[in-house]
Amino acid sequence: MIKGNFIDNLPKVYGIYTGGFLAFIIIMAIGEQMGMSAKAIGIAFVAFTVAIYAIIGYLSRTAQADAYYVAGRQVPTVFNGMATAADWMSGASFVAMAGGIYFKGYGYMALLVGWTGGYVLVASLLAPYLRKFGCYTVPDFIGTRYGGNLSRFLAVVVLTVASFTYVTAQINATGTIASVALDIPFQYAVYVGLVSILLCSMLGGMRGVTWTQVAQYIVLIIAYLLPVFWISNKMGAGFFPHFMLADEVARIADLEAQFGLGTVTNSAADLATVPKGLAGITKAHSAVNATPWAFISLALAMMMGTASLPHVMMRYFTTPSVKAARKSVGWSLFFIFLLYSSAPMLATLSKLSLIDPNLATGIIGKSISEVQAIDWYQNWNQANLMFVSDFNGNGTLELNEFFMGGKAVVLATPEIAGLPYVISGLVAAGGMAAAMSTADGLILAIANALSHDLYYKIIDPKAETAKRLVVARVLLVVIGFAGATIAAMEIQGILGSVIWAFDFAMSGLFFPLVLGVWWKRANREGAIAGMALGLASGMGYLIWVRNGGSGFLGITQLTFGIFGSAVSLVSMVVVSLITSEPDAATQKMVDEVRVPAGKSILGKH
Amino acid sequence: MSKQAQHWEKTRGLLMVTLAIWFVFSIGIFLFGAEMESVGGPFGYPLTYWFTCQGSLGIFVILIFWFANRQEKIDEEFGFSEKGDD
Repeated sequence: MIKGNFIDNLPKVYGIYTGGFLAFIIIMAIGEQMGMSAKAIGIAFVAFTVAIYAIIGYLSRTAQADAYYVAGRQVPTVFNGMATAADWMSGASFVAMAGGIYFKGYGYMALLVGWTGGYVLVASLLAPYLRKFGCYTVPDFIGTRYGGNLSRFLAVVVLTVASFTYVTAQINATGTIASVALDIPFQYAVYVGLVSILLCSMLGGMRGVTWTQVAQYIVLIIAYLLPVFWISNKMGAGFFPHFMLADEVARIADLEAQFGLGTVTNSAADLATVPKGLAGITKAHSAVNATPWAFISLALAMMMGTASLPHVMMRYFTTPSVKAARKSVGWSLFFIFLLYSSAPMLATLSKLSLIDPNLATGIIGKSISEVQAIDWYQNWNQANLMFVSDFNGNGTLELNEFFMGGKAVVLATPEIAGLPYVISGLVAAGGMAAAMSTADGLILAIANALSHDLYYKIIDPKAETAKRLVVARVLLVVIGFAGATIAAMEIQGILGSVIWAFDFAMSGLFFPLVLGVWWKRANREGAIAGMALGLASGMGYLIWVRNGGSGFLGITQLTFGIFGSAVSLVSMVVVSLITSEPDAATQKMVDEVRVPAGKSILGKH
Repeated sequence: MSKQAQHWEKTRGLLMVTLAIWFVFSIGIFLFGAEMESVGGPFGYPLTYWFTCQGSLGIFVILIFWFANRQEKIDEEFGFSEKGDD
């Protein structure tokens, strides 16, 4: 099936797939009307979608290095855009982002700007040039451009640190969703998530991951947009929320003032009774509540991190040409934009559903006992994601007496707004798709770097293709299990570790990558210093701040990459300049990278 | 100047323009977040809020496609464009 003219048939194949998925949703909706239980619907959604991904993964199996590492370099622009969007949007984007906006407002929306603006850097500074290079992995570029095993090895180290930090968070997210949807303990659910992830990538490598990611994008975007449009309509806010929610945003500001946001606060003793991880609304919804530097530094760190994350960069190695790589970045961001521009709308609709006393769903101002009797409140309270308490003893729920977990904003809003349960099942499948697709990209990035760069290029350059691919697959499984084991320990939250991954990547890789293309004078010694000192100083800063260090220049543990990359830049430039310039062959190679036409530097495409 | 050097000169020029526009909408305007807040933006949203939700994001999408087309033109001008379609 996935042979020959498969590429030409892509629109038809995914068109049928999308139709089939919509039909499945309708069947579930009918099932719900006929008395199918909520639990059965949840299980059906997750099992059905995961089975489809596994089938795609199996059909994409391959024994060729080109197909395994870069999907044969024949993924069309638009489809690569969808795959990148799924690769990019993780559990953090899908499950946590709207929640973050709900609680923190403007200060948090720096992530929206940062996680999209980075693609301008990807398109203009890196992707087309790395595509021309014709490498299999990001360390492949570093190792060839700068030469020597040490530079290649350091790139592998930075990649592994950043991607591994990221992947534990994604396996955690798949585990959370699998445990809720399948009703099994989290410790086992992470391994269920892991097996689903490996099913997609084990046999087909990048080819399998590419075609499952396209399928996952379709599921996750339907799962995100359908509830937003539905709730907006139901609330009477307008059929196209993105253009029509200005009144609702203004209404929230009025209600915030009316309910005494910022003036009525909770005592420390009261807050101590709130379960860990839950938060109340303490920040204004749309007002500017962060200093310019706090906003800009976070956005900047995320943008530079975007342009350094290997699992994103390697998606552009799969396009047929340099030209296609550039356009594909545009399509990627377009598909990401569809979800990101909806996240603030979802946060607005969710908040208004909860706090507007004029809406049937509003709970603020109702009596505490009445709220505690609501079905969805009981469910989510039991899941430790919702909590109310009558702090002032007046029997009525006040704005400062309602607490919710960040994940609940996306996962619980359909229920709160009174949508049928089938939508909640759909949202679970979407969250699963988002987390799985990112985890797949990340595990593959690490395994490929270790098998191609560490094993094949450094340890055993004579290894045959078959042996290399066996090593790649073994590593894939080992890394997956290591990630799942750490995820099962639940050391840190989803969002925090994702942001750290960006900071690690930018600390070690941003300048060695960019200067490799844009500065001919950059040499091996400089790149080694840039990667080693950048990563070390970024990590050092993080450890210092985590252990009570005060930090400087307003750089926090979420933006330590700004410090790391500054050290990286300075050390790379200084060391490059005091050592000899790269040899003529390397300079000629850089010249060739800058021209789209002609053969790639490595290999035949 | 060789053909290749001219091509790179133009490419670098385009990069500078692209990065300048990127800088304005990712960093520049947010220096004035508080000042823009009282200004009404498209569809009736407060201007700062609109930029963070839709404005900057949409501009980035358009910017990348514009950049890709311009770069394409530059490559064609010097005969460095690849054959084949996308």
